[in-house]
Amino acid sequence: MSDYRILNTRAPRVDAFDKVTGKAKYTDDLSMPEMLFGAILHSPQAHARIVKVDTTEAKKLPGVKAVITSEDTEGIAFGVSPARYDEQIFASERVRYVGDEIAAVAAVTPEIARQALDLIKVEFEELPSVLDAHLAMDDEAEQLHERYKNNIVQQVHWDFGDVEAAQKEADVIRTDELTSKMQDAAFLEPQSALATYDQGYLTMYSSTQAPHYIQRTLAMALSLPLHKVRVVKPAVGGGFGPKAACSSMELATCLLAMKTGKPVKITFDREQVFLHSRARHQFFHKMTTGVRKDGTICFLEHEALLDGGAYCSFGIATVYYAGSLLGGPYRLENMKYDGYRVVTNKPACGAQRGHGAVIARACFEIQLDRIAEELNMDPVELRLKNVREAGETTCNELYLSSFGMKEALEAVRDSAAWKNKRDDQPDGKGIGAACGFFVSGAGYPIYYSKTPHCTVVTKLNEVGGGVIVESGAADIGQGSDTMLAMITAEVLGIPLSDVRVMSGDSDLAVDLGAYSSRTTLMTGTAAKEAAESVKAQILEVIADKTGASIDDLDVIDGEVINSKGDLNIEELRHDFRMEHRGFRGIVKSGNLTFNEAARVAFIDKGSIVGTGKYSPPKLGGSFKGAAVGTSPAFGCSAQIAEVDVNLDTGEVTVEKITGAHDCGFAINRTQVEGQMQGSMMMGMGEALMEEIKYDECGRVINANLAEYKIPTSLDMPPLESIIIESHEPNGPFGAKEVGEGGIMPTIPAILNAIYDATGVRINELPVTPERIRTALRKAGKVNK
Amino acid sequence: MKKLITLSVNSLEHELAVEANVSLADVLRYQLGLTGTKKGCGIGDCGACTVLMDGVPVFSCLVLAVEAQGFDILTIEGVAEGSELHPVQKAFVEVGAIQCGFCTPGMVLNALALLDKNPDPSEADVRLALSGNLCRCTGYQKIVEAVLTAAKDMMKEEAQPEEAK
Repeated sequence: MSDYRILNTRAPRVDAFDKVTGKAKYTDDLSMPEMLFGAILHSPQAHARIVKVDTTEAKKLPGVKAVITSEDTEGIAFGVSPARYDEQIFASERVRYVGDEIAAVAAVTPEIARQALDLIKVEFEELPSVLDAHLAMDDEAEQLHERYKNNIVQQVHWDFGDVEAAQKEADVIRTDELTSKMQDAAFLEPQSALATYDQGYLTMYSSTQAPHYIQRTLAMALSLPLHKVRVVKPAVGGGFGPKAACSSMELATCLLAMKTGKPVKITFDREQVFLHSRARHQFFHKMTTGVRKDGTICFLEHEALLDGGAYCSFGIATVYYAGSLLGGPYRLENMKYDGYRVVTNKPACGAQRGHGAVIARACFEIQLDRIAEELNMDPVELRLKNVREAGETTCNELYLSSFGMKEALEAVRDSAAWKNKRDDQPDGKGIGAACGFFVSGAGYPIYYSKTPHCTVVTKLNEVGGGVIVESGAADIGQGSDTMLAMITAEVLGIPLSDVRVMSGDSDLAVDLGAYSSRTTLMTGTAAKEAAESVKAQILEVIADKTGASIDDLDVIDGEVINSKGDLNIEELRHDFRMEHRGFRGIVKSGNLTFNEAARVAFIDKGSIVGTGKYSPPKLGGSFKGAAVGTSPAFGCSAQIAEVDVNLDTGEVTVEKITGAHDCGFAINRTQVEGQMQGSMMMGMGEALMEEIKYDECGRVINANLAEYKIPTSLDMPPLESIIIESHEPNGPFGAKEVGEGGIMPTIPAILNAIYDATGVRINELPVTPERIRTALRKAGKVNK
Repeated sequence: MKKLITLSVNSLEHELAVEANVSLADVLRYQLGLTGTKKGCGIGDCGACTVLMDGVPVFSCLVLAVEAQGFDILTIEGVAEGSELHPVQKAFVEVGAIQCGFCTPGMVLNALALLDKNPDPSEADVRLALSGNLCRCTGYQKIVEAVLTAAKDMMKEEAQPEEAK
């Protein structure tokens, strides 16, 4: 049992009532008087020079209020990493993928806006397009951007420990490869933005997961003072990464609002979501790992190639993460990594749940199973032999301040009855295990800055009831508002229902946003600090008024308690009652309530405001790129998947996934499980069905949710979620991440189970029935 | 050329002038302001726009507004009675079936239709009934649990003697 009243419980989400009744407002649900509707013209060409854009006819269409192109944008460049600003709001000289933005229109109805797009004439001069990541690096390949020689955006070369020496110690050395496909995050809410521009102040409501970064990008790209740009995040229907970067659509919405002086809204249709992408890269991994006979891992040599589509987006971080996060969860002292992130004429890729690390993890965990087989060792035992513990530092200088890896792996092993099922299963049935490792908040912001990563302002309601928590954090469905409310209520000793969270608004506080699984640890810490300050301010006044010592005072269950006896509150209560003549439900006896105390404190001091902030300690080594992968804490997880493979058709049915995740401490148990279960679903989709497909012209041919398949309720098996709590010293009440780490083991656990079921290894994702049948046929295990 | 139609939504009659090609989802959202009906794809792939027509779940993005005349249309806004949640909604809140919430209205309405036809569904029944409604957040685990919980709660309520209700 936990010592907390509110934390560690299954309290319902603070936004659940609004969401279950349809009251919650998402961006496209908003409208304003005189609002115009925007639409965007996308390139039909994968790679072409723009000869001419003629908007004359579009501008003449009745109902059209503005048509804008690159001529209206001063050629400003933007992007995610300041060192790689390679995007423009509208393409000026050339388009680089089917979907690149060329122009935008604002009109009085959405229909007129779309008609106007048809009237814009664009003349292209086609260029050879580069669709293959390997060929992109050839000297003869067409260059997408002048600045990226051989189309390489970023390369990483790391060599930790002494791989050469370790090779001599290894008894078994294996080389394996794994290739994945570009993926879509497939959040249910298409991106939407609504902008207004009044008296020099720009306000944009957007389905973003990072209001702060969007605010900065808008100010920079539109030449506005930062303080005159406000970004507000209404309810957001899932993000998973792609909604973290500022988009041309958001910038175009703002430009149209500035140009017309009217509110403008643009909402993507589903095809645009796919074309805009910024989702998971395509990864090509090759790993050579050596182990001793006893299973001790000696070294890893890792080569990775990342196809990131037309622009850099988060790509620098992606290619670093793909290498750095193999530093854990195992004792691996010698690690060499060569990673390349290239551009091709496809929709740009960015960050998606488990940023950069998911396919690398899958490749390594599959390889560990193959090694275990060669050593004739149980794969779970091989892992247990190598897992790190709290207090250790990885070869790339990631410090594990808490680490329940062993506990997680043992938990799934025991819960899934691993040993029995592993030894005794008929053909076609299989069971597989894998581990994962992820950051709990990036150690550094995306742009160079010493800024706190977040601030929280907690304010007492002046009339004496309840608390308002103001934060810039972005609740995109993961439940951060609930986390902030629970921490605040716990610290202040008041009911959850007396805490109101206002968040996702750049005017309220600074917060880097919902990415890198940072919010609980970072914003949670700031909220705790802010609430503690509020509490201290109230108790100081009460101590002063009653003559009690502040050290003896506390708020418990909404009442001020003096541990050294009764408090003299008659005078305070008299004033409170006099103020509330005519009000019902005003206290008559008993202890001083929090509401009374809050009112007394306000009358004495004016507004009571507590603030909190979070800045990570200095993290990471001094090698190039050491910043990526650093974190104040690391989460870890283990999963076991059980599958049934139809050996005739190659069809895979996942029958159960058992997962355990070390989240440090579960602020809300239901929400921790929810994150784990959602991760398993996304991982299972990626393992078995999800793949963006292109034709030879670079067009996405499955840009819809029927042909781009994600798991349905019929595909998903029962999911068991075991919470491991290792009590992270750097997190609020011991909490750390759960949002992304949970996806790490899913793909390899399923692939290892498929091998157990079939005896064939598949090195290409997704593992479709066709790929399994082909592999079975090659192995002579199935008739033609 | 607009057509005059009458739609019965959540037991209220609305007289509307609509284009013949406009979908029920768009009329609900943009003419009646019932934005609880979500649009995730507009082409019948995701199920977020599910509403009930005479108790039958439909993708309102695939139904023309003019076709919806004469039906009793139920949207998420009509499910709770004031602040009193329907047992299905209560179960979604308490079990934790809601994350981003974008699929929630469609899921709730679909679950309502299921429990109306089959008050005691198996887990497989629930998974089949909800298979046209995509969710990217939950892995469906807690959604399925919530529907099964609601079924139990509703049966318990049903079994109570009349005076206890």
